[in-house]
Amino acid sequence: MKILVTIKQVPDTATQVKIAADGKSIDTTGVTWIVSPYDEFAVEEALRIKEKRGQGEVVAVSLGPDRVKEALRSCLAMGCDRAIHLNDPAWAAADTLATARALAAVVKQEGPQLVLCGRQAIDDDMGAVTAQLAELLGWPCAYWIMEEAIDADGKSVRAARQVEGGLEVFDLPLPAVLAAQKGLNEPRYPTLKGIMGAKKKEIRDVKAADLGAAPEPPQLSIVGLQALPPRPPGRIIQGDVPTAVKELVRALREDAKAI
Amino acid sequence: MPNAFWCLVEDDRNGSPKKVMAEVIGEASRLAPGRAEAVWLTDKASEAGLKQLAEWGAARVLLLEHAALAPYRSEVWVAAAAELAAKEAPKAIFAPVTSRQREFVARLAARLGVGLAADSVGFALEGDTLVATRPVYAGKLLSKVTWAKAPWVATLRPNVFRPAETQTGKTAPVERPAVATAAAQMKFVERREEVSTGLPELTEAETVISGGRGMKGPENYVILEELGRVIGAAVGASRAAVDAGWRPHRFQIGQTGRTISPKLYLGFGVSGAIQHLAGMRTSKVIVAVNKDPEAPIFKIADFGLVADLFEVVPELTKEFKKLLEK
Ligand SMILES: Cc1cc2nc3c(=O)[nH]c(=O)nc-3n(C[C@@H](O)[C@H](O)[C@H](O)COP(=O)(O)OP(=O)(O)OC[C@H]3O[C@@H](n4cnc5c(N)ncnc54)[C@H](O)[C@@H]3O)c2cc1C
Ligand SMILES: Cc1cc2nc3c(=O)[nH]c(=O)nc-3n(C[C@H](O)[C@H](O)[C@H](O)COP(=O)(O)OP(=O)(O)OC[C@H]3O[C@@H](n4cnc5c(N)ncnc54)[C@H](O)[C@@H]3O)c2cc1C
Repeated sequence: MKILVTIKQVPDTATQVKIAADGKSIDTTGVTWIVSPYDEFAVEEALRIKEKRGQGEVVAVSLGPDRVKEALRSCLAMGCDRAIHLNDPAWAAADTLATARALAAVVKQEGPQLVLCGRQAIDDDMGAVTAQLAELLGWPCAYWIMEEAIDADGKSVRAARQVEGGLEVFDLPLPAVLAAQKGLNEPRYPTLKGIMGAKKKEIRDVKAADLGAAPEPPQLSIVGLQALPPRPPGRIIQGDVPTAVKELVRALREDAKAI
Repeated sequence: MPNAFWCLVEDDRNGSPKKVMAEVIGEASRLAPGRAEAVWLTDKASEAGLKQLAEWGAARVLLLEHAALAPYRSEVWVAAAAELAAKEAPKAIFAPVTSRQREFVARLAARLGVGLAADSVGFALEGDTLVATRPVYAGKLLSKVTWAKAPWVATLRPNVFRPAETQTGKTAPVERPAVATAAAQMKFVERREEVSTGLPELTEAETVISGGRGMKGPENYVILEELGRVIGAAVGASRAAVDAGWRPHRFQIGQTGRTISPKLYLGFGVSGAIQHLAGMRTSKVIVAVNKDPEAPIFKIADFGLVADLFEVVPELTKEFKKLLEK
């Protein structure tokens, strides 16, 4: 079974982000980059499916500038067989739909039976590319999945999605798109052997022209980024516990009107 | 009606719209007075639910009622909604952030070939365009975005927008357009209900209590639940508590859990790591109780108590009980 995993490289949440001079993007100097955590769940699940079935191929795909190679390399070190890098300045202002269109074109070329994605990328937080990719392909899609099991003949997948109040279980015919939620699995760390092996694996560069149509202009554009308005300074309530608690309850009721 | 602001209805799967719809309809009405329309995809709508939507200010209700619409499957919903959107040409399509609306609206935007601003916390009309504000980079920055063309599709973070006041007795025409149902590829197998805590749902609650590693073990969450029952709060947890197996993942607050924006957040034994803050920093009032005066959560807290939570929680429960009994 051939499985394609879409991954996005994002700034590590712990790194400070500063707004760049254009006012619309972040200053990337000094930023530490990681594979978006939900995409790591997707990679892990793809590798487990391959291991369980004893055969198959896992292909990692990412759209972004040169630095994205590093993220793809770490997916190869985890165990992906090869990688595809959508690397073209034509995609520099891609919105979710343009990103999904580029990924859909790759899916059509590669013809996998399953596409695994993350629930959302933890920088732009749209949580949209996965559903839009399914829409463009006309494939069924299960969002926020906590479990999946592919049937023995590889024709369908049973997936449990997280919804408010419970889990909903569906059978989806393959090919299908699944979006990984936290709780699906615990991603592995690359082994030293994996890291060494990754150096020899292929990362194929793909330009917009290789996918046929030129990217369409974005439907959503960024007007500007701004820092959060500072929260008003807080107040540490002093005193022994009974006194402080009484004061807290009073303040919540009378000053903050929060209860 | 052309130029309408659609409000996609999130319901309780039992025929009643969720309370968050008051916020969505309220915001749509503020931006487009008299042009907010409720669009409800469901297998069963109740009369009381339809009345409620009108009383929140929907100028019209478009009811797409069909057995095939439950349980929710994006492929079926998108076909139905896209056909109606083509006929009605709404100016905007709004929905609250819930697990299913997030997927549905993304897919609908792709079908319509328009932009999507997910998890928005503010809107402004600028000339003939709409500008949405949304948190990005773990809530460390705000991004302003705008659309190339209508309909402007967006999801709205719960508890952020001012809910519409109920206008008792207000009515609205209910239209029942024919529903275009696509053949579903996904087959429903089963629904596994969670054991209910009897407390409000985390993402909807107006008050949220959060317990971190400082809770020391799963058995101690009962004191938070007791407090929760007194003040009507949901009880969530940090990732440290979830990863330790003390609470199921659905209770996790933060970047890899739920995003919440309650009126009041009370954190006990939570240090305030950036990934936790990502999921709760738009809360209106933040209270932190932590033994360590240097805990980063105090930097964003409105009220802080440097104390042992095991002394504070019972005391707080007692005081709130006294207050609310009055
Ligand atoms: C310089 C710059 C300019 C930009 N300009 C715009 C703009 O004009 N308008 C705009 O809307 N956005 C813009 N963006 C942000 C945009 O590229 C978003 O990253 C994109 O819209 C995807 O949204 P998301 O990251 O929230 O993904 P989500 O929808 O949250 O991602 C869901 C899943 O889809 C997959 N996925 C997402 N992105 C990728 C990717 N790049 N490669 C592979 N898989 C992926 C992953 O599996 C991910 O878990 C810009 C970004 C940069 C760096
Ligand atoms: C990719 C990634 C994603 C993540 N996503 C999330 C997420 O979604 N949500 C999340 O919460 N975290 C997330 N984390 C983890 C995060 O970085 C922190 O590790 C976590 O939030 C810490 O949880 P905590 O505050 O409960 O524990 P700690 O940081 O250990 O803090 C415990 C606090 O309790 C206090 N304490 C102890 N005993 C008492 C007592 N008796 N009375 C009062 N105070 C006491 C201590 O002083 C301390 O401040 C993520 C991390 C990564 C790398």
